[in-house]
Formats: sequence, structure tokens, C-alpha cells
Amino acid sequence: MTDHNSPVTVDELHAYVDGMLPDDRQAAVEAWLAAHPDDAAQVAAWRALAAAVRNRYGAVAEEPMPARFDISKLARPRTPWRMIAAAALLAATAGIVAGWVGRAATAPAPTALEIMTTEALGAHKLYVAEVRHPVEVRAAEQHLVPWLSKRVGAELRAPDLKEYSLKLLGGRLLPGPIGPAALFMYEGPSGERYTFYCSRSKKARTALRYQSGGDVAAMHWVESEIGYVVSGPDDREQLAKIARTVYEQIENPPRRGAAVPLISRKGS
Amino acid sequence: MSGFRPSIEAAIPSLRRYARALTHNAELADDLVQDTLVRALRSEHLFHGGEIRSWLYTILTNLNRNRLRSLARRPTHTSIEDNDAPGTMGPEAGGRDIERALASLAEDQRITLLLVVLEGMSYREVAEIQGVPIGTVMSRLARARMQIKSFLDGARPTLRRVK
Repeated sequence: MTDHNSPVTVDELHAYVDGMLPDDRQAAVEAWLAAHPDDAAQVAAWRALAAAVRNRYGAVAEEPMPARFDISKLARPRTPWRMIAAAALLAATAGIVAGWVGRAATAPAPTALEIMTTEALGAHKLYVAEVRHPVEVRAAEQHLVPWLSKRVGAELRAPDLKEYSLKLLGGRLLPGPIGPAALFMYEGPSGERYTFYCSRSKKARTALRYQSGGDVAAMHWVESEIGYVVSGPDDREQLAKIARTVYEQIENPPRRGAAVPLISRKGS
Repeated sequence: MSGFRPSIEAAIPSLRRYARALTHNAELADDLVQDTLVRALRSEHLFHGGEIRSWLYTILTNLNRNRLRSLARRPTHTSIEDNDAPGTMGPEAGGRDIERALASLAEDQRITLLLVVLEGMSYREVAEIQGVPIGTVMSRLARARMQIKSFLDGARPTLRRVK
């Protein structure tokens, strides 16, 4: 039972106005306010203040969204990673907004493939660190590849990387630069992880390229309007070998008839 | 974890609202929101769970603090006029009074009040965003409300009519 006459603190009056009061004190505060007109007037004034603030600014959240807040555009790095990191560090020490520094140093816009690779590397870094939930759907689940193929809009197959002792853990669906992206994750005997990222691309075809992103790196290319990014530890030689294997498996599926082409464009 | 970007996207309208109330300047507010989003997206690989919404508010609050510090050091060309369209004002003329009342608050108190009253944050979330104990949040909130009351008592009592 709540004692309706138990003293109510000022903090409780604030909490009452802000909807932060525990349920079991609600009745006590209401009874207190009924008996204390001064406190009731104060509570009413605080409520009026809250209403005035919401009245003044609430509509801002309903305003149409300006194009500048397009997340996929904002996610594109304007300057190379190291420069951004340096600018952010400088800003943090100098107390200047990092965004302003970044904005001042306008580098040429990155290519679509660079954006895709940056996203793939971001996803790689984010998910390889996951101990318990590295993937959304595990390799053992048969719907993994059909599901990702359907969402990406291309017939995908997870490459076989046994020759590198890499085992497929599974995959996940991600938002890509121009559409959904698939991320397959592989794990080696000593826990090293590689990811294979695929998403639609506006380009038809590009050469195999290398991009380093700190202690991880990626090999990326586009074939038949699908972009591929193989990411892993920054060992260029090893990464190039793995990427070449993946590339070859895509271009020359292991055995005709026995295996569906690793990845082929839908309808082509 | 796969909801990182959607969660960020969903927070944009309320971040804009908070930034507008914090700066009283639509353009400046949207610049702050954009810088917040860019900063958040760049830190995507560092984000290993937690409440994305309060993290974004923390970034925005800190960026604004940095902005105010750097403003103190160099001349500014920012217009002091509120460049909101009149249509976005509250229906009451009390809009101006409330702006002035908020402007009379110390920065930390204004942040606390806006996060609680406008953004509907819990005291715990506000404590996290401001990096202070809950007790400090409570005292900032109490002082903010007291200061606004005395400000409005000195000014025209338009606020009472705003419902």
C-alpha cells in the first residue's frame, strides 16, 4: 500500500512531469499535488514549459528530409581513410569540428567501386570481430545461398576455399551502395577470417585491384555488373591468391553440369 | 547489428529537431546533423552494439560544444537571426519567448532540458549523453526550470497561455 501522505520530493515532481516516476509512486504524487496547490501550480508550469518547447520545435521532425541527409551519399569517404583519421585526430586535439576539416579538403569523389569496397571493408571489420554472431545465416542452412541470391538479384554461390583451409561460416545480407549486398564469411584453422562481398554494380567490368584499409585489405573487381570484394588480413600476396581463386571459380565454374556456375547474372 | 544504417536513418528527424532547438538556426542545425551522421558512419566499424540513438545524440552534443568553443576563438559570420520559415513556428507567439528563455540557460542546462522535454529521453540516457551522474542531470533539470521560470516572470507571461 502506498501512503498517500508520505512526503514527495522535488525530484519526484520532476519525474512525474517527465513521465519517469515509478508506477507505485504515481498515486502518492497525485494525492500530494491535490493537497499542495503551490506544488500543483509548479507542476502545471513545468508542463506548460514542456508543451511550449515541443510546440516550438516539434514540427522540425516532420519537415521534409533534405537530400543532404542521404545516408548512402554521406557514407562515401571524401578523403582517403588515413587523411580522415588524421583530420579527426587533429580536430579532437584542436577542438575543431572534424566535419569542417573534412569538408575543407575536398578530394575527387571516389568511384562507385571504391565506395563498394569501403563498405565491404567496413562490414568486414564490423563482423569478423563478432565472436558469437559472425553471420546471420549459417553455412549449414540450405537457404543461405538462395536467399542471398534472391535479395541481391544475382545467382550467387559461395566459393570453395578449402585449398586455403578456409571454411565457410555462413553469410548475411547488408545494405550496399546501390542495392542489397551479400557477405560470406570464411574462417581458417587459427581463427583468421576472410569475407567475400557481392553486390550489383553500375560498371560492367573492371580489373582486379587491391585496397588497403588499415590492418585489413581487400581485392575488388567487377564482372558482368556484379561487384566482388574479398577482404582479409592485410597480407597482399595471400589475399591476391585467394581473390584469384575466387575470380577463377566465378569465371570458370569447376565442372559444368556437376555444379551450377558459381555466380552468373540472372537472365544472361 | 545489421540495422546500423536504418537505425541512423530513423534518428535523423529527431536529431534535426534537437539541433534546431540547441542552435536556434536551421542551417547551422542541419550542418551539425550532417557532421554527426558523417562521423557516425565513419565509426561504423567501431560500433559494437549499444544504443545507436543516444550515441548519435552524444556525437551531436559534443560537436556543438566543439563548435561553441571554436566560435569563442574566432569571428563568426553566422546570422543571429532565426531563419526558420514563419510557418514552422508554433501557432502561438510564445515561440519567441520560449527561444529567449532557452537562450538564457547555461549550455549544460539547456541540453538537459531539451533532451528530457523535447526528445523524451530518460534521465539515464541523458546522464550517458552528457557523461555525468543522474544526480547531476536532476539538478541541471531543476535549475533549468527555475531559471526559465524567473526569466518568464521577468518577461511577458505569454507562456501560461501556450497549451
